Amino acid sequence: MSEDEELPDLVGGSTRSSNSTAVSGGGDQNYVSPSPDQVLENVIENVLYFLTSRHDRNAASLVCKSWYHAEALTRSELFIGNCYSVSPCRVTNRFKLIKAIAIKGKPRFSDFSLLPPDWGAHFAPWLRAMAVSYRALEKVYLKRMCVSDEDLAIAAHSFPILKELVLVCCEGFGTDGLAIVARECRHIRVLELVDSDITDDEVDWISCFPDDVTCLESLIFDCVESPINFEALERLVARSPSLKKLRLNSYISIRQLYCLMIRAPQLTHLGTGSFSTLEIVAQGEQEPDYISAFAACKSLICLSGFKDINPEYLSAIYPVCGNLTSLNLSYANISAEQLKPVICQCHKLQTFWALDSVSDEGLQAVSAACKDLRELRVFPVEALEDAEGPVSEVGLLAISEGCRKLQSILYFCQRMTNAAVVAMSKNCPDLVVFRLCIMGRHRPDHVTGEPMDEGFGAIVKNCKKLTRLAVSGLLTDRAFNYIGQYGKLLRTLSVAFAGNTDLGLKYLLEGCPKLLKLEIRDSPFGDSALFAGLHHYYNMRFMWLSSCKVTRHGCEEVARQLPGLVVEVIALNEEDKETNEYVDTMYLYRSLDRPRADAPRMMVRPPLIVGKALYKYKAGLPLAGLKISRSPCGSMYLSS
Amino acid sequence: MAMISKEHKKEKLEFEETELRLGLPGGGGIVNGDLVKNGKRGYTETVDLKLNLALKETGKGENLQKEKNLISCSNDSVKHTHKAQVVGWPPVRSFRKSLMAVQKSNSEEGGGGAASFVKVSMDGAPYLRKVDLNMYKSYQDLYGALGKMFSSFTMGKCDSQGMMDFMNERKLMDVLNGSDFVPTYEDKDGDWMLVGDVPWGMFVGSCNRLCIMKGTEAIGLAPRAMEKCKNRS
Repeated sequence: MSEDEELPDLVGGSTRSSNSTAVSGGGDQNYVSPSPDQVLENVIENVLYFLTSRHDRNAASLVCKSWYHAEALTRSELFIGNCYSVSPCRVTNRFKLIKAIAIKGKPRFSDFSLLPPDWGAHFAPWLRAMAVSYRALEKVYLKRMCVSDEDLAIAAHSFPILKELVLVCCEGFGTDGLAIVARECRHIRVLELVDSDITDDEVDWISCFPDDVTCLESLIFDCVESPINFEALERLVARSPSLKKLRLNSYISIRQLYCLMIRAPQLTHLGTGSFSTLEIVAQGEQEPDYISAFAACKSLICLSGFKDINPEYLSAIYPVCGNLTSLNLSYANISAEQLKPVICQCHKLQTFWALDSVSDEGLQAVSAACKDLRELRVFPVEALEDAEGPVSEVGLLAISEGCRKLQSILYFCQRMTNAAVVAMSKNCPDLVVFRLCIMGRHRPDHVTGEPMDEGFGAIVKNCKKLTRLAVSGLLTDRAFNYIGQYGKLLRTLSVAFAGNTDLGLKYLLEGCPKLLKLEIRDSPFGDSALFAGLHHYYNMRFMWLSSCKVTRHGCEEVARQLPGLVVEVIALNEEDKETNEYVDTMYLYRSLDRPRADAPRMMVRPPLIVGKALYKYKAGLPLAGLKISRSPCGSMYLSS
Repeated sequence: MAMISKEHKKEKLEFEETELRLGLPGGGGIVNGDLVKNGKRGYTETVDLKLNLALKETGKGENLQKEKNLISCSNDSVKHTHKAQVVGWPPVRSFRKSLMAVQKSNSEEGGGGAASFVKVSMDGAPYLRKVDLNMYKSYQDLYGALGKMFSSFTMGKCDSQGMMDFMNERKLMDVLNGSDFVPTYEDKDGDWMLVGDVPWGMFVGSCNRLCIMKGTEAIGLAPRAMEKCKNRS
């Protein structure tokens, strides 16, 4: 029997007697070449068990069939970047020992209401498959997936040793589901709900944790917009000696925060909740000593929350500032004057998130104090196109001059200059992520009146480690020429309201070999640009084009030429679908399997062409357009 | 078409099971032509953002966007410019936007002072919010903030002082007979009143919680409100 079909006995690494041995021609006559079986075992024991990176494992699995099988048997962590790129059963057929899984669903633009709510990305089909095959699952990480309460219940029952559940930007469940997790997942160590939309089912889920000592290490629920039974929370914290990360929601007042902090001085990550007084306080009642509570938290390195901050309380955090590596004030509408006394003490800060209310002056203070800063995010208080805008090129320039180790920046502003962006490209050569959002569409350099081409050009040219870029402002095709020319490591690119002609997109698709995720909206790129990427789409996770100049014919042509792609076409209006020249949204992604069956409901109409997975649907109304697909062996089939 | 279904999530699920449609069971879908409620973030928000006046004129029917990208944000009617806002731009997630709406008033006041938090619920909305009434100076301010929090919230008409004219019975009835949402509150006596019937300061002092009801449901409050007003004057 061939080596390919017989799988070696992996457990315990028992040795096998070899069927044949080869003796080397010369040299040490005691040396015996190992048999193929032994080679495989050596590979498994000495190589695969140590490979943790999925990229390394993917490479190893391509060496030969034996390695493929061995790798499949030994991989324990699975990453699915697009839940529709592969079917759950194909995954469970290949990998048998999975303990940790990460699945990503909707494209990022769904965060900004650009995708109908019933688009998909359901956890349920994955759950069904894993409930059968991965009963020993310990960690689940989901991002932009639809998860229901029923899903959480099934997960709790199917994965008896579930230890970590992390839901980022998810929706579809509520506090009912949380109650089930709290009650049923007896080994849960990490329960993190981040930026997720969780309905208030008016259930006291905190009380559902078992009464005995818990093994909780991380409890993050700052996005849960519903009241919490505080007494139950206090008791929970008191009986969770391993708790290191606690992020509270805005229903927790600062007084309540105090009570929790004195019970958990071992915390390393704290989300402070509202950070103001929510209760009615009797006249003359003594305020707790908040400063001492913070002083007692000697291990605190990451602070966030401040959801309804009363700035008078901000000085309470002084004792921990010197140790902080991460400070998130992005919900705190504070001024530069209020920020300065805090930030000037944060010498070790590496991550800082803030609102633009701190203004350029506040950023100058950051620049002066935080020499170790790696990541900066500045969010707008007013997310409008023509608001005042307290931060500008002045703040950006200051940051670039003071924070030379900067690796990642997200900066919302109303006005910017090329000069400041160029300066940052030179001052901060370690930049890996550069996301600049000039909120006014098509806004040029406000000093010179020129497009922002040169600024972004400098970024791609000088920041040689750059992998993620988001552009904005007035941009011509030239900007894309620069990106195509210099952005050789670029993996993620976000474009909005930019470019002149198809050349813009062509430059990108022809120039950026590592491009993995491309999202473009409201830019004049059409079919000929679309075709320019045919050589590359199989190497990408997805491409998103909305409100561009791509036609239905263009999409169909891509689908026809690349059967390994799924091309989804989304129409916003029933009428537009027939009359509009251009499609509203095109979302294409590679997929190993049949087009998905859970696309929003559609009316069946005869298709005009044969292509793979062409959908058209309107938010809230039935789809028109038929799905006709081609199976890998070439036969056509209708799928619903 | 109601943007946010009044039905409880579980009821909706049962409905889905009996409905004939294409797709795998358990997958998401459209229930009876209504958008599946998916919480705050998502396309529903897009469709909700429109001029309140326009909604009243075109009637309760469809929520189709005539201009697919350029739509007016409900913010416009309260503050700032009347420039049309584009869907999903600037790219700030909705939960950040709604939080900021409340906090902006905070910064204008200069912060500090005792807070006066009340719960705000809305018929059909999947979540409750809290507002600090001390952060606002007038009914207009409050409506602005509430409007941002609950995007499909439609305000009744207010005069420039933000007080409804209770003596004009017909005007009141118009509002209540429409499908608009009207703000109501529970006062210290435990009575449910229409917001706007007393001076702002008095309202802040007596408001326990807010509820944004459908106009048709608030009809029963009007006579009582008038009673109270007559007693006070």
